[in-house]
Amino acid sequence: MPEEILLMDNITKVYANGFVANKDVTLSVRKGEIHALCGENGAGKSTLMKVLFGHESAEEGRIVLRGEEVKFANSIEAIKHGIGMVWQHFMLCPSLTVAENLVLGMEPSKGGKFGPMNINKAIQMAEEVSKKYNLIVDPRAKVEDLPVGQKQKVEILKALLRGAEILILDEPTAVLTPQETEELFVELKNLKEMGHTIIFISHHLDEVKSLCDRFTVLRLGKSVGGGEIKDVTVQDISRMMVGRDVMLKIDKTPAQPKEVVLKIRDLKYNNDEGRPIVKQFSASIRRGEIVGIAGVEGNGQREISEIVTGLIPHRNGDITVCGTDIRGMSVRQIRELGVSHISEDRMTYGCSENSSVKENIISDRYYKKENNKGIFLNNKKLDADVDQNIKDFLVKCDDRTQPVRMLSGGNMQKVVVAREFSSHPNLVIANQPTRGIDVGATEFIRRKLVELRDEGAAVLLITADLNEALELSDSLIVMYEGEIVAYFEDASQVTDFVLGEYMLGIKRMSDEEIGRVAYE
Amino acid sequence: MSSKTIEKRFDAMKTAIAILISLVLSFALVAIVSDDPAEALQTFALGPLSNLRRMGNVIELTIPLTFAGVAVSIMYSANQFSMITQSTIYAGACIGSWFAIYVTLPKGLHSAFVILMAGIVGMVLAAIPAIMKVKWQASEVVSSIMINYIIMQFTLWFLLNVYKDPTAGFNCSYKFKESARLTKIVTGTRIHTGLFVCIAAVIFGYIFLYKTKWGYAIRVVGQNQEFARYSGIAVASVMIYSQVIGGLIGGIGGGVEIMGLFQRYTWEAPPSYGNDGLMVGILAKYNPLFVPFAALFLAYIRTGADIMSRITDVPVEFVNILQGVVIMLVAAEMFLAKWKHKLIVKNAQKQEIAKEAAK
Repeated sequence: MPEEILLMDNITKVYANGFVANKDVTLSVRKGEIHALCGENGAGKSTLMKVLFGHESAEEGRIVLRGEEVKFANSIEAIKHGIGMVWQHFMLCPSLTVAENLVLGMEPSKGGKFGPMNINKAIQMAEEVSKKYNLIVDPRAKVEDLPVGQKQKVEILKALLRGAEILILDEPTAVLTPQETEELFVELKNLKEMGHTIIFISHHLDEVKSLCDRFTVLRLGKSVGGGEIKDVTVQDISRMMVGRDVMLKIDKTPAQPKEVVLKIRDLKYNNDEGRPIVKQFSASIRRGEIVGIAGVEGNGQREISEIVTGLIPHRNGDITVCGTDIRGMSVRQIRELGVSHISEDRMTYGCSENSSVKENIISDRYYKKENNKGIFLNNKKLDADVDQNIKDFLVKCDDRTQPVRMLSGGNMQKVVVAREFSSHPNLVIANQPTRGIDVGATEFIRRKLVELRDEGAAVLLITADLNEALELSDSLIVMYEGEIVAYFEDASQVTDFVLGEYMLGIKRMSDEEIGRVAYE
Repeated sequence: MSSKTIEKRFDAMKTAIAILISLVLSFALVAIVSDDPAEALQTFALGPLSNLRRMGNVIELTIPLTFAGVAVSIMYSANQFSMITQSTIYAGACIGSWFAIYVTLPKGLHSAFVILMAGIVGMVLAAIPAIMKVKWQASEVVSSIMINYIIMQFTLWFLLNVYKDPTAGFNCSYKFKESARLTKIVTGTRIHTGLFVCIAAVIFGYIFLYKTKWGYAIRVVGQNQEFARYSGIAVASVMIYSQVIGGLIGGIGGGVEIMGLFQRYTWEAPPSYGNDGLMVGILAKYNPLFVPFAALFLAYIRTGADIMSRITDVPVEFVNILQGVVIMLVAAEMFLAKWKHKLIVKNAQKQEIAKEAAK
């Protein structure tokens, strides 16, 4: 049996808001294996890895690395001990080249310690490490010009160049297309052959099954199981993860679309630097249907949602909501047309973390006549309404005065949803509505979306989660580089592999096929 | 116990400890510099209570500090860090004085008119950095400080060129009409009817911020501007009216101060009420309801230090050290953060155990 290279023994971590993220978690990793760390969102995987990487300090427990007890005050110490981290959200400088990013903080210099950076040496180092590990990237390319898969390679190389023997990958496949994922797996297996140890965080069990040797499952901050991958089935692991069989299917009847609510014609948007982000986008969304926009993030979806809701003023193209042209309207005026908006950025737009649950829920309606008595807020009515919302949307909180920062991610999102869904909207723009939240809240929010549809709302669902796109959408749009590259009138006929090809820009439908999304 | 209650208790505790530390520190300083530290400290601590006139001094000083604190609280609740309160009080008093000299109105009404005019001056002044921020993204911190310089010189010019009394032996205005001056309400002190205006300002500030839709919008913008925009709140207008109303309160404070305690306008250099208001605001956590207490605390230690400097050998500047330390410790977010974290961890673990036991 290969030796144990890393042991995290009975780790307990409590966050400043009192949330117990890890409770007596034990993780044992052997040298030269790919070890899967599985668990739902919010199960404590990322926290455990942050503790290992020196970003957070644990309240209890010890870390034993190569037989020696260690304690890292920061990530520099962790890196020195041969631990490398590849974050889900890349930590790269977009305006620098690959080589410059790779040597950041350990730049080779010309003539003495304080001499200028030796850029040729840096490129040479980058080429060497790239060749050694067979992770091919152009050292001279600017990081901002690289596709996501390549950026990830740069991240991995960055860790390897710093001598990482244990490589942690935090949900590396979340941002990748199926094709890029396959490529990554080949590279990871190659690294394993070369003697590296990999901790692979994922909740995609098929991937875990095909890639990993052993696994550990976390649930609600506790380690609940583990062992050899070959001894278990995907179903076994999923049962450990959720404590019951996953109900992935959302019951939903076929859509019964009625009149058009949102009509977008020839929408174009350039960012501040003049780069086209949305090129020629047209679509119609009717009452009683969920139209999904699938696509890797950053292909113009977010801008579309912000233009429709008034956060970005729109100049080119026409948008009407229930027949009203929204050009020049304020966010409030658009909201008064019955538009609800779940922002993908929960902490910036979706909620105000230091404000109470109540203050977060009433932000779209506090000014309305029925909620005021003369010059005063009608707090009696508002309190009663908010309490009802908390009940209806199963928000787990002490009471309505609790600051939302003390809630878990899933409950925070439920607060957002309580506000956005309780106003009987005509149109719901749901941008990544279940990102980063636990399975219970995910299921709840998805079911609510279907409920809203059945009550006659038009739903525009923007998601990078293929499962969610396929599960919830009645019809499906795929976006790539600001354009629609595919339109499926019946989303249930699509497979994730086909979807992946469109998302990656490998395939593209004819203009005529795409044009059907913009019927009159 | 919830984490929320722990945080609340902790915040109160933090302020108390900050005050305690600074008191200990200043006592140590007094002990070093004074020949008779025991007497100095006793004078400092109990001086303000030793007779009615001195108690009156504390209240008299509390009034302008409260106005300044309420003004700052309203602006800062919207995350608008305008330093304009300094100018609103100063210019409100200066221009208000003109109306006290040249306008004829019946007693009482005249005071109200002067104070109202001072308030309007404050509103106009506070609107300048606010509008500059909304229109041209000029930082309100910088522009308000610049305006403070301009106003400082302007008021001096106004005093010397508009209503200077040449017969007086020093730089001051003509005498205010008696009808404009505020009536004394406690004999033996100079406490005046401005106290009631001050109480009204506190109540107004609290109700406005916490009970009306405008105040709610101010607090949401202050907590998370992007969230406010996303929710449909007109952020630009909130930025403007929070500062304008802060300016109104500051201006009124200036009018009340000058009509309550003075017979002529004599301020050649600005009293530092604006910056004091900042301290009061921080101590009160920008809640108008706590402002009078913070102002009282500040007024008390200042009066104490003033008496001490006159009777003993410790200079009045000693109180600045005390103030500085308190504010620094209260403002420091991470002060005692480790302790707080421990409390929360302990509590969470206790709850965890309780949950297990319940199963």
